[in-house]
Amino acid sequence: MRTFSYLRPTNLSTLFAMIQKSAPDYRLLAGGTDLLVRLKSGKFSPNTIIDIKGVTELQSGINMEGSTLTIGALTNMATLESEKSILETYPALAEAVHNVGSIQIRNRASIAGNLCNASPAADSAPALLIYDARVTCISARGERQLPLAEFIVGPGKTALAVDELVKEIILPIPAANQAAAFTRLTRRKGVDLATISLCCQVNTSGITRFALGAVGPVPFIVEEKEGILTSGTVSLEDKKACISELMEKATPISDVRASKEYRQAMLTVLGLRALSTALERLKAIQ
Amino acid sequence: MENQAIYSISLIVNQKPYSIKVLPEHTLLDVLRDQLDITGPKECCGVGECGACTILMNGKAVNACLILAVEADGSNLVTIEGLGGKDNLSPLQQAFVDAGAVQCGFCTPGMIMAAQYLINTNPNPTEEDVRLGLEGNLCRCTGYSRIIQAVLSVAQNKEHNVP
Repeated sequence: MRTFSYLRPTNLSTLFAMIQKSAPDYRLLAGGTDLLVRLKSGKFSPNTIIDIKGVTELQSGINMEGSTLTIGALTNMATLESEKSILETYPALAEAVHNVGSIQIRNRASIAGNLCNASPAADSAPALLIYDARVTCISARGERQLPLAEFIVGPGKTALAVDELVKEIILPIPAANQAAAFTRLTRRKGVDLATISLCCQVNTSGITRFALGAVGPVPFIVEEKEGILTSGTVSLEDKKACISELMEKATPISDVRASKEYRQAMLTVLGLRALSTALERLKAIQ
Repeated sequence: MENQAIYSISLIVNQKPYSIKVLPEHTLLDVLRDQLDITGPKECCGVGECGACTILMNGKAVNACLILAVEADGSNLVTIEGLGGKDNLSPLQQAFVDAGAVQCGFCTPGMIMAAQYLINTNPNPTEEDVRLGLEGNLCRCTGYSRIIQAVLSVAQNKEHNVP
């Protein structure tokens, strides 16, 4: 690891001043589970590391208020996967973050870090997309909110300006007539990046949405609005064909984890699996 | 950088306070092993995949290889040495010996710390809970069956000390 200056501000105004002084050659440190790997490999070698864990205004926490749930940027995966409001209202998100790394990783890794790292395989992203997450970005210039789909713009790339950071993630309370489920394909169960991650949401109006991770440059959503997938009378074969067609929008690549052909084929399998869980959940709440 | 910065930090490791000077690029694992001579936590993969460096930091299981020493300023740490030694093995350490859950021993300190965290947070784990709790720890020789047996035997004994 190349050396750097380490800074630990305790409030936002100090943080902004440090960013202004260090930009563009700086990196923010939250949980560090991705950053340290890149510092060690030499992929990142910034002059300055700014540890944001001491910033009062960014403290971790999950707050349900009015029609939204707010997740503080520093909230770690272990907190998210065990928080009652997440388990009850956003079960697919709890399932997704439960699959991140190992418990040692989840005790450190922050939700904002997972999004800012902008990996096509980021585990939290498909679930957050399905729940229509918005990301609050802040800088000395002010605050703005972006839909998650506009926040992640490419592999490793976000819409954040050089002086901006994520303050929180905002989720609307999901409608009462929907249910969602997360599923994932990996080579081994623990500590593996997703070969495919997939989240399915269904509602009683017949709309089915799939959020797909690791099968394109960014996580994205495909939709079926004609009620084919939620229908009780359409045959399994026809549902399978419908999902296969939807999944043609995916552009998987071949890598160390799987070939593109395997990923494409498994998208339908995982799609059906998540659909079936989501439909069961929808039935249970009706 | 011409003027190498040095940071003063305080740690409590296995109930003993330390005030030390560290370089910003040193990980917590580097400092434990090379400066404090606490060599239970091991470096293997160095990227958070193998769990050999697992310690408890403020009560949470973490990978010491993915934390900067300077970041850990003010933390309370427990390593395998803090559970017990040769003459006073902790119930979990004794269970690993009894079950034959140790072969080369390289993964054992991390494995036991991850297992201790599991038992601290879930005193009566099922076999599935143990498998999940240890998913971040790799063993390349003994295999996992005896390790899981060892953890389950302590969980069922209910005599474990929580450090």
